[in-house]
Amino acid sequence: MLVLLRLAFSSLKSRKVTTSLTVFSIALSVLLLVGVDRIRQGAQEGFSGTLSQTDLVVGARGGSLPLLLYAVFHIGTPSNDLSYASYEHFRDHPAVQWTIPFSMGDSHHGYRVIATDDNFYEHYRFHRDRAIQFADGARPEGIFDATIGSEVAQRLGYHVGSKIVLSHGLETVSLLKHADKPFTVVGVLGRTATPVDSAIYITLYGEEALHIDWADGTPPALGEELPAAKIRKEDLHIKEISAFLVRTRSRVDTLLLQREINTYKDEPLTAIIPALTLQELWNLLGYADVALSLVSGAVLVVGLLAMLIALYTALNERRREVAVLRAIGFHARQIFALFVLESTLISAVGVAFGLAAAYGLLWIVRAPVEAHFGIPLMMVGFSSRVSLYACVVLLAGALLGCVPAIRAYRNGLIDGLNAQ
Amino acid sequence: MPAVYLQNVIFSYERNAPLLQIDELLIDEGERVFLYGPSGSGKTTLLGLVAGVLHANKGEVRVLGKDLTRLSSSARDRHRGAEMGYIFQSFNLIPYLSVRENIALSCHVHAKRMKRITASTLDGEILRIASRLDLDGFLNKPVTKLSTGQQQRVAIARAVIGAPRLVIADEPTSSLDRDRQESFLRLLIEVCNEARSTLIFVSHDSSLMSRFERHISVSEINQVVSC
Ligand SMILES: Nc1ncnc2c1ncn2[C@@H]1O[C@H](COP(=O)(O)OP(=O)(O)OP(=O)(O)O)[C@@H](O)[C@H]1O
Ligand SMILES: [Mg+2]
Repeated sequence: MLVLLRLAFSSLKSRKVTTSLTVFSIALSVLLLVGVDRIRQGAQEGFSGTLSQTDLVVGARGGSLPLLLYAVFHIGTPSNDLSYASYEHFRDHPAVQWTIPFSMGDSHHGYRVIATDDNFYEHYRFHRDRAIQFADGARPEGIFDATIGSEVAQRLGYHVGSKIVLSHGLETVSLLKHADKPFTVVGVLGRTATPVDSAIYITLYGEEALHIDWADGTPPALGEELPAAKIRKEDLHIKEISAFLVRTRSRVDTLLLQREINTYKDEPLTAIIPALTLQELWNLLGYADVALSLVSGAVLVVGLLAMLIALYTALNERRREVAVLRAIGFHARQIFALFVLESTLISAVGVAFGLAAAYGLLWIVRAPVEAHFGIPLMMVGFSSRVSLYACVVLLAGALLGCVPAIRAYRNGLIDGLNAQ
Repeated sequence: MPAVYLQNVIFSYERNAPLLQIDELLIDEGERVFLYGPSGSGKTTLLGLVAGVLHANKGEVRVLGKDLTRLSSSARDRHRGAEMGYIFQSFNLIPYLSVRENIALSCHVHAKRMKRITASTLDGEILRIASRLDLDGFLNKPVTKLSTGQQQRVAIARAVIGAPRLVIADEPTSSLDRDRQESFLRLLIEVCNEARSTLIFVSHDSSLMSRFERHISVSEINQVVSC
């Protein structure tokens, strides 16, 4: 057996070019398969990590997907707000550990402005257990203080102390600007690779102050604006918010509370479990993953076929070699084994190179990928799917090797000692 | 004890078309036999039967004390590897192994041959045989870089290492020119004598006949009338 292994090894070494090309094509397919799988897992992990430790997301009565989209991803607008009284009711509910209120409606250069309170900085979690951190500055204290996500800071070149004017509505070029009440950046948030990065956070009071002199959704006439300096917190009464996040005390509480909110008499509300809705949303986006996996599967088939062709075309040249081996006393079965060993060696080396290349590349790109796309590549290591791929490729290599091996076996028997 | 003893052997490649029918053939141990016959007369086929690569349909093929027809195919392969050396007309060597590895291969595969080497180590034995055949300079070369004559001498070395009791050579000189045929044959007979191996040598060339003590015509011993 050891002799066979040495023979297989020397034989492959003597056909360096075909061998390395075959190894390369198999390695490439393994690289693709594993790469796609890792990125898919990373993307899923990163995606479901957009929001962590939140048991319920609550908004006015409506679909669960739109609620998740506007409350967590800042996409779309709530069709209705919910009253602050309802929020207070559930905020003080005994089953509730903490809540984070969100109110949205304004924007700045296309970035969402989200009004919230201190709970956001205290309790908001993403990627399992990561909290909001400050790259610079601190939480907003005054009415016209704002903190900005890292992307906002980077793209617009803002820093602590910058003055920003918010626009009413969400259009990039808004006609209605709150020019009379500019905000001051007091904090820049650390990078999260979640939608938090592209949002501007103000206080609920700040949002209320922006619209204090508005009447029925229209801005005050010229000269009738209430100057920012004259607004005091005591004068501000928060009436509505867009959504809020809830952390309950236990799993059972989550389900009970969800039902209680959904059947709340005083106001029609919708409570969703974000993990479930995130999963739903991910499944909607899952086609890309299937397509990519199919493509890399096809590449694998091509790689294995290349090996089959290489081994098969070498067969005729190797008839003499087989006859010599037979003369030396090799059994036809050993010649079969020799050929299968060769294909197995090729695929083993291909798998090894492919895995090494895949993980090497992932290691190199993991920092930029995590920073730019929020895909935590290294959070998922050697998954069962990767080991499955490795085994399948090895097995397929060995099995495909049987095709030329059977031919060599039969040649060995038929040619005997007379091969030309 | 006879080295080769065939009795009532019938062999055919295809059903109902017997190619060889040999009532009796006896080759004694230590004999040097010249086997001849026209092309297609079945010389290589007969050697295949003796070497145990081909299986007789009928009869007894006793080679070096074992009736090959009663052995399993893998036992025949082992018997051949351990007790016989085989030389082809050309392309006798594994192309991706060096000269040294080619010579050593059968000793690596068959412990029996390893045991019979006369030098203290396998490397020593390879060196001894190589210098005997004037191959010392080429041991580490790839076999593809050798001339035909050199390759055939490596084939002798590969066949006789580990002193096999039977050496079979199937037209080993037909790819060589006359001068080198002479020296090849001289060397082959010498090393076979040294190892006390029986030698069966096939050739078209009747000028080489004189060096052999016994001549066998395949057409004469074959009872099948060729058409
Ligand atoms: N594998 C095979 N299958 C079928 N027929 C075969 C096979 N090998 C040889 N034959 C036939 O058997 C006959 C004898 O062939 P063999 O090779 O033994 O002749 P030979 O005497 O060695 O000839 P040469 O001197 O040309 O080498 C030939 O007619 C040949 O066509
Ligand atoms: Mg022949």
